[in-house]
Amino acid sequence: MQTAILVDFGSTYTKVIGVDLTAARLLATAQAPSSVETDVTTGLHQALRRLGEQGVQTRDPSLVLGCSSAAGGLRMVAVGLVPSLTVEAARRAALGAGAKVIKVYGYQLSRTEVAELKALAPDVILLAGGTDGGDRATILANAGSIAAAGITAPVVVAGNKSVGPEIAEILQGTGIDARLTENVLPELDRLNVEPARHQIRELFIERIVEAKGLERARALVEEIIMPTPMAVLRATQLLADGPPGGAGLGEALVVDVGGATTDVHTVAVGAPTAAGAVLKGLPEPRVKRTVEGDLGIRINARSVFEAGEAAGLLPGRAAAPVAAIEQPASEEPAPVTPAALAAAAERLAADTAATPVSDADFAIDAALAAIAVTVATDRHAGVLEEAWTAHGKAFVQYGKDLRPLQAVVGTGGIFAFGRHPRQVLAAATRGDPLRLKPQRPRFWVDRRYILYGMGLLAEQHPDVAYRVLTENLQEV
Amino acid sequence: MVGIRILEYALTRAGFRVVNSGSQCSQQECIEAARETAADAILISSVYGMGEIDCRGFGNRCQKAGLGHVVKYVGGNLVVAAQTQDWSEITKRFQAMGFDRVYSPATRPPEVIAALRRDLAGRGVAATGG
Repeated sequence: MQTAILVDFGSTYTKVIGVDLTAARLLATAQAPSSVETDVTTGLHQALRRLGEQGVQTRDPSLVLGCSSAAGGLRMVAVGLVPSLTVEAARRAALGAGAKVIKVYGYQLSRTEVAELKALAPDVILLAGGTDGGDRATILANAGSIAAAGITAPVVVAGNKSVGPEIAEILQGTGIDARLTENVLPELDRLNVEPARHQIRELFIERIVEAKGLERARALVEEIIMPTPMAVLRATQLLADGPPGGAGLGEALVVDVGGATTDVHTVAVGAPTAAGAVLKGLPEPRVKRTVEGDLGIRINARSVFEAGEAAGLLPGRAAAPVAAIEQPASEEPAPVTPAALAAAAERLAADTAATPVSDADFAIDAALAAIAVTVATDRHAGVLEEAWTAHGKAFVQYGKDLRPLQAVVGTGGIFAFGRHPRQVLAAATRGDPLRLKPQRPRFWVDRRYILYGMGLLAEQHPDVAYRVLTENLQEV
Repeated sequence: MVGIRILEYALTRAGFRVVNSGSQCSQQECIEAARETAADAILISSVYGMGEIDCRGFGNRCQKAGLGHVVKYVGGNLVVAAQTQDWSEITKRFQAMGFDRVYSPATRPPEVIAALRRDLAGRGVAATGG
């Protein structure tokens, strides 16, 4: 038997998955508290021991691959020119590389902004600005400011190609590791995020793993090949497209509800389905990730409640989508009043390690997660607006039309351990009626928490990864 | 939509590098596109008669966005029932909004292209579209 072990070095837990490569079968999963602050291998050894206790041969596996979101994840700053154009393009490139985008800047950086950027001490800076042959003054000035400020973070340069070499020279002149790549927005109607994503990943493998104290794990893990969110995005892609030469589930959305953030990943073209709708705004990447830094069901429970209140999503209200979900009676969560939800949100934000015990606790977690999913998918999906033309009424579409999307998958604790996964997932189809959200998808949950692992495994064994993934996702 | 495609085709044939912002483009979108692409000229076509409302304050906004030096033209059915109005009056109104040249619906592309070459040369923009 050929065994593969997939590892996720998370900030709280180090998780491991054992896969039988020969039989294309999931063997077991395990986890142990992370130990990145001291010696990353302590937590890894413990997790592997627990995997071994379940009968997985952990000595001399044929493949060990890892991803990491530990030590703050891959912290990035994106710099561009116009906020809705190159800044947004750069942000999407960074998010697609699995980064945590801690700040974005547009136009020429002020002295205050440069000082702030330096203080933020990002792991990587993505510097964009100008379409190819377009504006060059802003990116040149920003490169000069970054170099002069004594910033040491590596910089991926992905702006106007006409000044690329000069920018690299300016940065390298002060010892900055500058990587020149293709423009994230070569033309206004063409987004080009892959080359920048690739450079970010190279930097992650070459420099960030070491900077985060993860290199000690190399004795056990051949390579930590990507940030964890990128592994989840890869898994989404595998699920949608299938392995090379095969078929997948079709266009897919994966929502990851965490304690601090909610991530939404889609693999969908999102072309207009409304008759005569005209697409406007920045082009959308087919493989897209958004992160909502204010929506999480522990640290950010309070802001989830507030977002739910603002959007009219609180349970018990006349038009409350959360209460309106059809489901088998046995799965029905206990009713939660807005007042109880507000009190629970306060409590959970203070006690972030809280795990649900009673039926009421599970119902509260489900209600908060449903709000997070509704709002996060509202922000991810495109929108249709009415416009008046010489020929009468027309529709203008911004962003992706996800209405025909077929598969919605949930990952994270609320889906692995929660009692009401379908109610939470169905929230992805509700919310703002102008938003182009999935209408009749099927729902799956990642009960075993294997998405990240199959994203990693897909690099070398896409067929095995796809089979393990589809066999272990649970339809709800 | 059709008008803008014809203009794009004619300008591209004449050697200009054209960024087509499409129909239903707001002032803001137009200015942002011009900034990112470092446009030398902005040409607005409006055919549905509401140009006067849509273009109000355009010159000022361009000025504020650092695009004061950019050549600005507008053309098309700029007002409702243009044929009943004095075109020189319409021209004055749009010039006051910051446009360098104002074209009636009967204008052919070569006329615009010739003017654009002259105006760009006058502002010292290198032989674009030459």
